[in-house]
Amino acid sequence: MTKRILQFTDVKYIYHTAHGELVATLGLTFSVEKGEFVAIIGPSGCGKTTLLSLAAGLIKPAAGRVESCGSFGYMLQKDELFPWRTIEKNIFLPLEIKRQNTPALRKHALELAKKYGLGDFLRSYPSQLSGGMRQRAALIRTLATNPDILLLDEPFSALDYQTRLNVCEDVYNIIRSEKKTALLITHDISEAISLADRVLVLSARPARVAREHALDFNGLNPLKRRETGGFSAWFELLWQELNI
Amino acid sequence: MKHTKPCSAEHARFLRRRRRNIGLIWACRIGLFAALLGVWELVAALGWVDPFITSSPSRIAGTIASLYREGTLFYHIGVTLWETLAGFALAVIVGFAVALLLWWSDTLRKIVEPYIVVLNALPKIALGPLIIIWFGTGSKAIVFMTVLVGLIVAIMHVLTALIETDCNKILLMRSMGANKAQILWKLALPSAYPSIISMLKINVGMAWIGSIMGEYIVSRAGLGYLIVYGGQVFKLDLVMSATFLLCLLAAGMYFLVVLLEKVLVKNTQR
Repeated sequence: MTKRILQFTDVKYIYHTAHGELVATLGLTFSVEKGEFVAIIGPSGCGKTTLLSLAAGLIKPAAGRVESCGSFGYMLQKDELFPWRTIEKNIFLPLEIKRQNTPALRKHALELAKKYGLGDFLRSYPSQLSGGMRQRAALIRTLATNPDILLLDEPFSALDYQTRLNVCEDVYNIIRSEKKTALLITHDISEAISLADRVLVLSARPARVAREHALDFNGLNPLKRRETGGFSAWFELLWQELNI
Repeated sequence: MKHTKPCSAEHARFLRRRRRNIGLIWACRIGLFAALLGVWELVAALGWVDPFITSSPSRIAGTIASLYREGTLFYHIGVTLWETLAGFALAVIVGFAVALLLWWSDTLRKIVEPYIVVLNALPKIALGPLIIIWFGTGSKAIVFMTVLVGLIVAIMHVLTALIETDCNKILLMRSMGANKAQILWKLALPSAYPSIISMLKINVGMAWIGSIMGEYIVSRAGLGYLIVYGGQVFKLDLVMSATFLLCLLAAGMYFLVVLLEKVLVKNTQR
């Protein structure tokens, strides 16, 4: 039984500025099912981040509907850890904000942190951690409130290439083992192929879903996927579709 | 930074050289001060300059001693110190509160922005006559002047720091469902913290400008009063003595704030 956890129907969004208006999305329709890892790629400046803000309910569509059941966790390009808080305190931040700072949830968050290798860094400050570890801490912070769906806004783009592959692998494994639903926005085709079950290709502005592909890697890890022959075939296909 | 581990001979040499360098700098600082005083004293004693105009270290010491004997030394210091501290505290507290208010409401901030810019540009001393008429000739007028000088600086400093809060971090907070008060307490204020401390440092200087300027316009006591009075009756010894005391007080207060900064910033470990 699959369950629909996020549904965009004919969504239109317009940016208004003093100089005019800009239709960011028009007739945008797609859905995400529970347990799925969906990646959205699109030409740069096509309103990918707008889409995540709409999904998270931070902005309201001008027309159409955004329906979701469940809670969100948002992960940004940079880790955005607060430098004046320890890693532990950073991970507790969403609990404090949502007034769910209960011993049970704190314990759950700490267990996650320990399980994924942050146990020794709980009392450290972000500046003492490497970029990869910081991004991992940011993911644990996102998972602390037990969200039903993770919104990932190019979460690896600020990392150097090697760290990027490792963190990508990390994030994939953590999200899989925690059985989370994830919606990834990226401009990096290979990242989308290596992580997702399904890839949506957006058109240029105003953005709508131009193509949709179910990937057939049968749950291979990102690094393993990069080694398969199918990987480059997908890359070529998506590359062409992005450049139409 | 304690070196408990045994260190290499090279490192020991580095440490020794560093210590020697610091010692040299301090020796030169103190030596320079002594030399300045010595030359000043000497040219006055030899009559190369008229000590009536330039005063001299010994005459300054004598003047301070006689002020002490008359029992007015600490009275004047106390008056100025009180005015400065009261003005400083009021400017900082009110400035902080106004900055929070203006951060809270964008519209309000845009409305009052031109007023703040004009008030900031206005030389506060132009308000001297008004202040005398409104607040009389006592300490109240001087405290008000001090507040005037420091207030706008405090507002602008804190407000700028709050507005410069990283917008991605705000986005993150909002995605967690944070309300404005939570964004303020958990994000904007902590990230503005270094600027708030530096605002305190700047406002110490502002408070001294305000209180001495206030005493120039209207006063019957205080170090600023001694300077103006000494100038009017041509007692340059008095002018120099009061200026010297002012140097000591201002430097003392500045170091206190620097010390406070060290303690506060250390506690937040950035």
